[in-house]
Amino acid sequence: MRHIISLLMENEAGALSRVAGLFSARGYNIESLAVAPTEDPTLSRMTIVTNGSDAVIEQINKQLNKLIDVAAVMDLSEGEHLERELMLVKVRSEGAARAELKRITDIFHGRVIDESDRTCTIELTDTCAKLDSFLQAIGRDLILETVRTGASGIGRGERILKL
Amino acid sequence: MELTGAEIAIRCLQEEGVEYIFGYPGGAVLHIYDALFQQDKVKHILVRHEQAAVHAADGYARSSEKVGVALVTSGPGITNAVTGIATAYMDSIPLVVISGQVPSYAIGEDAFQEVDAVGITRPCVKHNFLIKDVKDIAPTIKKAFYLAKSGRPGPVLVDIPKDISNHKAEFIYPSSVNIRSYNPAGKGDSAQIKRAVQILLEAKRPMIYSGGGVVLSGASAQLIELVRLLGFPCTTTLMGLGAYPASDKQFVGMPGMHGTYEACMAMQHCDVLLAVGARFDDRVIGNVEHFAQVPRKIIHIDIDPSSIAKRVKVDVPVVGDLKLVLDQMLNALRSSKQKSDASDLTAWWKQVDEWRVKGGGLRYKNSTEIIKPQFVIEKLYEVTGGDAFVTSDVGQHQMWAAQYYKFNKPRRWINSGGLGTMGFGLPAAMGVQLINPGATVACVTGEGSIQMNIQELSTCKQFHLPIKVVSLNNRYLGMVRQWQEFFHGNRYSGSYMDALPDFVKLAEAYGHVGMRIDKPSDVEPALKEAFARKKDLVFMDFQTDPTENVFPMVPGGKGLSEVILSEDL
Repeated sequence: MRHIISLLMENEAGALSRVAGLFSARGYNIESLAVAPTEDPTLSRMTIVTNGSDAVIEQINKQLNKLIDVAAVMDLSEGEHLERELMLVKVRSEGAARAELKRITDIFHGRVIDESDRTCTIELTDTCAKLDSFLQAIGRDLILETVRTGASGIGRGERILKL
Repeated sequence: MELTGAEIAIRCLQEEGVEYIFGYPGGAVLHIYDALFQQDKVKHILVRHEQAAVHAADGYARSSEKVGVALVTSGPGITNAVTGIATAYMDSIPLVVISGQVPSYAIGEDAFQEVDAVGITRPCVKHNFLIKDVKDIAPTIKKAFYLAKSGRPGPVLVDIPKDISNHKAEFIYPSSVNIRSYNPAGKGDSAQIKRAVQILLEAKRPMIYSGGGVVLSGASAQLIELVRLLGFPCTTTLMGLGAYPASDKQFVGMPGMHGTYEACMAMQHCDVLLAVGARFDDRVIGNVEHFAQVPRKIIHIDIDPSSIAKRVKVDVPVVGDLKLVLDQMLNALRSSKQKSDASDLTAWWKQVDEWRVKGGGLRYKNSTEIIKPQFVIEKLYEVTGGDAFVTSDVGQHQMWAAQYYKFNKPRRWINSGGLGTMGFGLPAAMGVQLINPGATVACVTGEGSIQMNIQELSTCKQFHLPIKVVSLNNRYLGMVRQWQEFFHGNRYSGSYMDALPDFVKLAEAYGHVGMRIDKPSDVEPALKEAFARKKDLVFMDFQTDPTENVFPMVPGGKGLSEVILSEDL
């Protein structure tokens, strides 16, 4: 099953490679991984999207907790949460087709952030599944580049991951 | 007064009470060696290969409850040390390894003897550090010692670039450590302990399965008390040998691939299994699906939550330091009015005793013609009064030592259980002998393993280490040969040891005493003579039966109750 795991870790050189190394060494999957410092610059917040059986997910949580640099781990999938991913997508778009592209972009609440004679770049933030739908709606043939950040997640309401 | 980084590093070791440091110099650690030279509190033991430095520090730690320390240079120094570090990691041994690094301004330029030490060791250390500022040396070394010995112990690497070890700073050694992201477990959850005790008292066929965690936590006394109070059978894994006395009647031997029949059967058929600092290793429970076929409740106590429910489902997990958790359990048991059902226990013991009879105990067919390796270990046990520190290498001799040397005290059996590192025994024995001067230290090895670090005979000479090397020389990589006999149609691919050296002459060349023993009747006199030489390292080259196999055996991938006894073949 797909799980979205959030963690807080020391913002130190090598901390990211400890997490990435753990996943590869133990044969766990990483679908996406997003990381950046928090409001406290000594801490980084990481969101990992992974999948595995319950037993594997339990081990992933425990093994992440075991890393010395990791201060807190939360499996967001275990409760109410929100997730968003940012995507930039560059599309071949000429003439009349551009109007259609903009219409689809509007439907998905995206924004055109760059245009040239033959290309159009769209920014879209939503759930991973919505981004997939958008790509499907445009059609693969027209897509020149897709850049996705991977999901970032946060608990709903009082579900807070903080030190 | 300001000190150099190198001087600070050595002062830190002094503050930690380090008596011996095992190492090998090189360019990147020259400043540190210079600082070592100018003091005499921390004594340096010059090994002949960096792998041996780490194994020696490891043996020192395993036999003493202290943190072992090794010092190696950059590049090949640290890569040579990696096997030693991984060995310690797999067995949770507290070590601090200090490595030199190329100067910080040269990192990343493929400088001479540069390697990414932090990167290369990351998967086999508890934690590691690359120091970037001389001011960080003292707090980092303080953290390294704390991390190495607290919680689930393990090796910690501190990589110090050469220029940093020559920069200057004020020496301030922190009195305490606070790592916000690291909080090792202490006591166990009392509700879980209550549940565990309840299940234990209701068990009809209970079994206590203890491992290396008991040795590491220093919880041997608590384990013994618990086993006696409950009256249950007890087994210890390879890593736990000695934590429960092997000569005790409630001890059923070691379980697993080369465990006793009764331990394997009792593990498989119990209805409640109390796992204490053991991790359900594949060499212990065999095929995990086969093990799960028999329904049983499992209570698992471990300081590392990731060891719990890793390979088997656990009914009652208890996270905590074994020593504290077992004390809590003992208190709960003593205050409980309930007792185990005596008739259930009697019936269970009757079953266990029947297995003991059926298994026939650990046994082999002795000979007057050819030396049986098991016979050598039995005599070693007798000659040393069962009181030696025994280190071993890896293979058949390791299993025979584990089976036939009855360990009655913890920290006496020193072997590479997790990683299975050949070449561990001799350097580990050096560390054991240094921290236990005057103690009897035997290294049980084979002609294959000993040659993986035989150069350490030179270190033993330099530092007057009177280790007794008991080499069971069967002219084969015996465990490989055994598997080839059983599972590969007697095709002995690469397992014959041709062109062996004359070990007697070799020992003599290193300045030691060498003995070659060919006849069974010479085994005991040779051992007596060797162990009477208190000041000498004696290398005993026992010419043993090349066809002997280790039994019982649970073949790889099979279940515990599919154990093969010697007469089955």
